[in-house]
Amino acid sequence: MTVVRSEVVQILTGDDVVRVRQDVRARAVEAGFSLVDQTKIVTAASELARNTLDYGGGGTVLIERVDVGGRKAVRLTFEDQGPGIADIEKALTDGYTTGGGLGLGLGGAKRLANEFSIASNLGQGTRVSITRWK
Amino acid sequence: MERIPILKMGAALLVTIQVDMHDRLAMALEEDLTAKIAGNASKGVLIDISALEIVDSFIGRMLDNIAAVSRMLDAETVVVGMRPAVAITLVELGLALTGVKTALNVERGMALIQRRIDADVVDRGELDDRSAE
Amino acid sequence: MANQTDVTLFKVLGGQEHAILTDWQNLLKAGGALQTGRIKEAELDTQCKTFLSQLRASVGTDGGVDKSGNSYSSLRSMLGDISRSRAVQGFSPTETAGFVFSLKQPLFNAINKSSDDAATKAASIWYTSLLLDELGLYTIDVFAKTREEIIARQTREISELSTPVVKLWDGILALPVIGTLDSERTQTIMENLLQAIVDQGAEIAIIDITGVPTVDTLTAQHLLKTIAAARLMGADCVISGIRPQIAQTMVHLGVELNVVSKANLADAFALALARVNKTVVSVKALSRVQKNGPAE
Repeated sequence: MTVVRSEVVQILTGDDVVRVRQDVRARAVEAGFSLVDQTKIVTAASELARNTLDYGGGGTVLIERVDVGGRKAVRLTFEDQGPGIADIEKALTDGYTTGGGLGLGLGGAKRLANEFSIASNLGQGTRVSITRWK
Repeated sequence: MERIPILKMGAALLVTIQVDMHDRLAMALEEDLTAKIAGNASKGVLIDISALEIVDSFIGRMLDNIAAVSRMLDAETVVVGMRPAVAITLVELGLALTGVKTALNVERGMALIQRRIDADVVDRGELDDRSAE
Repeated sequence: MANQTDVTLFKVLGGQEHAILTDWQNLLKAGGALQTGRIKEAELDTQCKTFLSQLRASVGTDGGVDKSGNSYSSLRSMLGDISRSRAVQGFSPTETAGFVFSLKQPLFNAINKSSDDAATKAASIWYTSLLLDELGLYTIDVFAKTREEIIARQTREISELSTPVVKLWDGILALPVIGTLDSERTQTIMENLLQAIVDQGAEIAIIDITGVPTVDTLTAQHLLKTIAAARLMGADCVISGIRPQIAQTMVHLGVELNVVSKANLADAFALALARVNKTVVSVKALSRVQKNGPAE
């Protein structure tokens, strides 16, 4: 796998969520994604960025344009130093929420991506990575 | 703070969302709409999202909330102009927006609301006739 | 030493070019290269001639058995063209690579005749063998790649061909689905249908699955997603043509298609017409109405 381009965006306010969406859209266009695929990855990015902001107390996202085995892809890695997730299985269940949202963020983002991984330590933070390819 | 304009068209309200909405703007719209529905005794709310490139769960929840609130205030909410890519993504996300009525464009949405208004009038008309007897 | 073997091969290619060419062509023809009629004799002869002269030029500038170097680039591109056309013409991989491999015998014969020194001959034959092996494998690579491209293109064409969205009436679309629905095809179908709904301003779409042999849980989910997406855009969907055994399977699988479903396309069309306030009447009945006015 080769990284063609990468950047780190801070997620500290609601406006940053909008910026993450725009940057992810730009990378998806570069990778030649169809309109539907662009919309899927941007929506997933929006969900995860809001999670980072609302539950992680802010953090960063690493936005990468990568080539995986000849296929063009966009990889997003969200990191925060928030309270972490106690029960990841439960957090991935639709409708489960601790913050008054719809509880579709994590599970929805997983369905919208081709690859999904999550690691979380209580009291240390959460790291979510998704990849979607063309 | 910037706000999304709400137009009054007869007994209906029309909102056209044309910017990439951040969360505060969405919450402000929810509040403004609620106030206007009550203030104008509106029978319908048309939300045109044909310019929106994505609808995530936050905006989806806003649409659901507006529909639920307006139903309580006796108004019908119709979301119009959702793009195909957005619709596919919303379904994949798991958001069906079951409480929200939809239409292809503003014209059709307006017709939907007009039908409801007409039905109301007919109902009352019949009531009046009966009371006159 | 690499340089010396080069010289031997180079000399042989120069000095005995005509003999090698004739030998090679005879061998190819004896092997049945022309029998299928997919390639003409003149074309094959030209390919042989060009290949030999390119090979000579490449060997002349090459320093060792490194076929990826610049000196072999024109030879490789020529071989690539040959392999591609062979793949398109429907040759087998063996036949394609055989074009290069069959050159071994004529070349070895020529090298044998060219010198009396056994060691020089052996080294030259070893070098030539390596060279032709690599070029032969290259033709296979290109061949396989070309076939993959053809398959990918056909897959694309099939998925586009098999999902036409047809207009039945103003505001009424139909999507006759034929064949098995996998997730990739469903995505294409879904996107086509939703785009057509926008383009034509359709209020109702009929998804006819008479031509779908089996519906499993996944397919049912895909159908439901398409219908949900259409609803979000403001259009209704009707399913028609569910076969009895499919209906049974779905019930057994616990899949509930919680949508409007009609037995056949005609019934679904009637429903769709009613939805857009239209109806079908016989001409006779119509003319009676026009003459006498509507019956009260």
